[in-house]
Amino acid sequence: MLYFIEQCLNGVQLGMLLFLLAAGLTLVFGIMDLVNLAHGSLYMLGAYFAATFAAVTGSFVAGLALAVAASLLMGMVLELVAIRRLYGRGHLDHVLGTFGLILFFNELVRLVWGPAGLTLPLPREMLTAVQIIPGVHYPIYRLVIILATLGVAALLYLVVMRSRLGMLIRAGASNREMVGALGINIKLLYTLVFGLGAALAGFAGVMQAPILTVQIGMGENILILAFVVIIIGGIGSIRGAFVAALIVGLIDTLGRAFLPDLLRVALSTNAAQTLGPALSAMSIYVLMAAILVFRPEGLFPAASR
Amino acid sequence: MTGQIDPPLDSPLVAASRFRLTAGMALPVLLVAALALIPVYAAVTSDTFAITLFTRVLILAIGAVSLNLIMGYGGMVSFGHAAYLGIGGYAVGVLAKEGIGSGFVQWPLAIAASALFALGVGALSLRTRGVYFIMITLAFAQMIYYVAIGLDRYGGDDGLTIYKRSTFGSLIDLNNKTLFYYLCFGLLLASIYFIARLTNSRFGLAIRGARSNDRRMRAIGFPTFRYRLVCFVIAGALCGLAGVLLANHTNFVSPALMHWTRSGDLIVMVVLGGLGSLFGPLIGAVTFLLLEEGLSRVTQYPDLILGPLLLLVAIYVNGGIEGLIEGRRLG
Amino acid sequence: MANALLHVEGLTRRFGGVIAADSVTLEISAGEVHAVIGPNGAGKSTLVGLLAGEVASQEGTIRYDGGDITRLPVYRRSRLGLARSFQISSLFPDFTALDNVALAVQAHQGHSFHFWRDARREYELRKPAQAALEHAGLADRAGVRVHRLSHGEQRQLEIAMALATQPRLLLLDEPMAGMGPEESAQMVAMLRRLKGSMTILLIEHDMEAVFALADRISVLVYGRVIACGRPEDVRADPAVRKAYLGEKESERHGRPNA
Repeated sequence: MLYFIEQCLNGVQLGMLLFLLAAGLTLVFGIMDLVNLAHGSLYMLGAYFAATFAAVTGSFVAGLALAVAASLLMGMVLELVAIRRLYGRGHLDHVLGTFGLILFFNELVRLVWGPAGLTLPLPREMLTAVQIIPGVHYPIYRLVIILATLGVAALLYLVVMRSRLGMLIRAGASNREMVGALGINIKLLYTLVFGLGAALAGFAGVMQAPILTVQIGMGENILILAFVVIIIGGIGSIRGAFVAALIVGLIDTLGRAFLPDLLRVALSTNAAQTLGPALSAMSIYVLMAAILVFRPEGLFPAASR
Repeated sequence: MTGQIDPPLDSPLVAASRFRLTAGMALPVLLVAALALIPVYAAVTSDTFAITLFTRVLILAIGAVSLNLIMGYGGMVSFGHAAYLGIGGYAVGVLAKEGIGSGFVQWPLAIAASALFALGVGALSLRTRGVYFIMITLAFAQMIYYVAIGLDRYGGDDGLTIYKRSTFGSLIDLNNKTLFYYLCFGLLLASIYFIARLTNSRFGLAIRGARSNDRRMRAIGFPTFRYRLVCFVIAGALCGLAGVLLANHTNFVSPALMHWTRSGDLIVMVVLGGLGSLFGPLIGAVTFLLLEEGLSRVTQYPDLILGPLLLLVAIYVNGGIEGLIEGRRLG
Repeated sequence: MANALLHVEGLTRRFGGVIAADSVTLEISAGEVHAVIGPNGAGKSTLVGLLAGEVASQEGTIRYDGGDITRLPVYRRSRLGLARSFQISSLFPDFTALDNVALAVQAHQGHSFHFWRDARREYELRKPAQAALEHAGLADRAGVRVHRLSHGEQRQLEIAMALATQPRLLLLDEPMAGMGPEESAQMVAMLRRLKGSMTILLIEHDMEAVFALADRISVLVYGRVIACGRPEDVRADPAVRKAYLGEKESERHGRPNA
């Protein structure tokens, strides 16, 4: 039971990270109609930046702050140099172009930081476990992740729903010609939105780095999960991304934790051992398939595009 | 009574069903001729690596041909096509490991397995369009990738060695490099011919019509979903065949075969060659694989060049390489 | 009504707070030309969508040829003989005019799971397609790709495609949209030739065409049918005059709004 609660918290934590990624993706797609496969690369760069900056400054927090700033900058530069030339083209061109960017960034990272991964160590206090409910001990850092990402999500909500920039973003998502016609600098808006998405991705990359990984290709694995989140939640919907991210995070974590044991009960040991890990990895795809059957537009479809 | 009402001259793909010598035909003809002579070149120069390299090119070209069917003609951009390379390959590998080495059993089963997976994925994914479809096919391919990693009995992450190639009795010995090369070459040409006929048949026109204007197709009475699904299955089965050949070629199969970057490679080949053109996939496969090979000899970091190159192609080139040559834009 | 080919009863469709079709009831008898008119925003497009099967109704039924087709998908309605033309031409731009019509012919010749024979050389497809093009006056443009046809030719092709499916009920959604007076007159002449051999539901703004062709007219305002009857009667109906005809005298040639 306690193990279950712990796994649930892990699921929430994964969900929150996925939300940050999915939010960035869905913003860019909703506003610029751009499929950005290289979003995972920005996530990866965030982690690498943080590892380097933290090593240089000796502080995790400084590393985090600098890395997010660097991600924001990187995102905006990327938009100016490459991404903006893809606007208005078909999605296939986006796929091709951003796929090229993935290859480029993975290779770049290999060149600059070498093929072996990096580590991002935490201050010792963060690693201790704390008792949150009688009997349940949970590492402080994982709690920090949950709270920090919730904080960022709340901030995102405030920006998108309550600020002028957010209003422009939402207007641009519904009708970009109109926003342009009103004299708003659309190009600048796009650059900012893309930068924002990059910063979110970078932040997620930094936060997960101490407990998961900093290595080449880490972006692609989680990117696909982010896609699944968007499909389940509905493209263009941040609220949908939030709900779907939590669901996906929970199902994936709980599936990996409990399915092998459940299978061992139901099937023979041999079969369970063969199929167990494979099936538990599959659980979210099964969910996605189910959504596709019953509600292809997703749980909270935004206005159709 | 079958009368002859000639297809109008500027109808697309006339060049495919009727032989018309134009500048655009020169490149494919030359390419096919060159490929036919590779083993001769290899024998003369004792460069067996050439056969190995170009066998791989031929096999992946079959994969690209199958992807072009759904992407170029059908308008379905699948980012999970490498899954069928894996399924075809693993069918051979698994059967070989379990003691079934006959190609007569392995190959049909492998193709059937690919078709079945395509049926399942297609039935679910084809309910969606555009970006959704791209992401969903990607997700399903990733799913099967993880399944393969989880199969400890068949090598898991490390992959599965296939000690013996598929046997066909006394019909053909696949261990003979040259014979195997020409087998792949023949299958490639057969695939291209098959696609040529398919895309001009009633089925093909229905698919292409659905790509052009799905709404109108339904309004005139076509149940487009089922035609797209069948097309998707055909493409999956054909790519499964490519997987079978690949497994035999490398005597090895691993989950990496199905990694999504492999699916990306296939898309690149199709786009480079020119979407919806008959020999485009072959041109694209040759170009991409030679480029990959060439770059990796020149630098330790080939993707630093390849990546931006793809980006440039995406930004500036319409119609791929074939389009560049003919100076035309598709559609 | 005897011989009612199409019977629409209480058809309703809301989009959020807007009611686009408000309990629409219509009856069309075989061989009739029935026009549906109404001011912009009256719900004519929604009605076409509902009848064609692209839009699902929330209440009401559609009976066609005695059977209930309310829940049938678009392609099945077409197979039953219900053809539809689009207000904005919806053709296959990268195909030739002949190819376009041939596809319509193909759709109604059984299934298309034929994988080998060259369909462009099939007499059973090309001959009827050629005939349909001749009928529409486009025979000399057969080999031209659609994106190179003029607007008027595209509109003609639009109708030709619907006709090629050999329908019993033809739904025409503003066939004269964007046409000049000469082209409109040609279209009216063509439609008049069809009268009697086919049942037509005509949605149109062009009042001259409507009064020249229609046997009966239904008037749609805010999703409701406020009048239905012979042209003379509808013309004289005070409710109709008030809601619609008064404003529309200036739109006799159906020029498109920008």
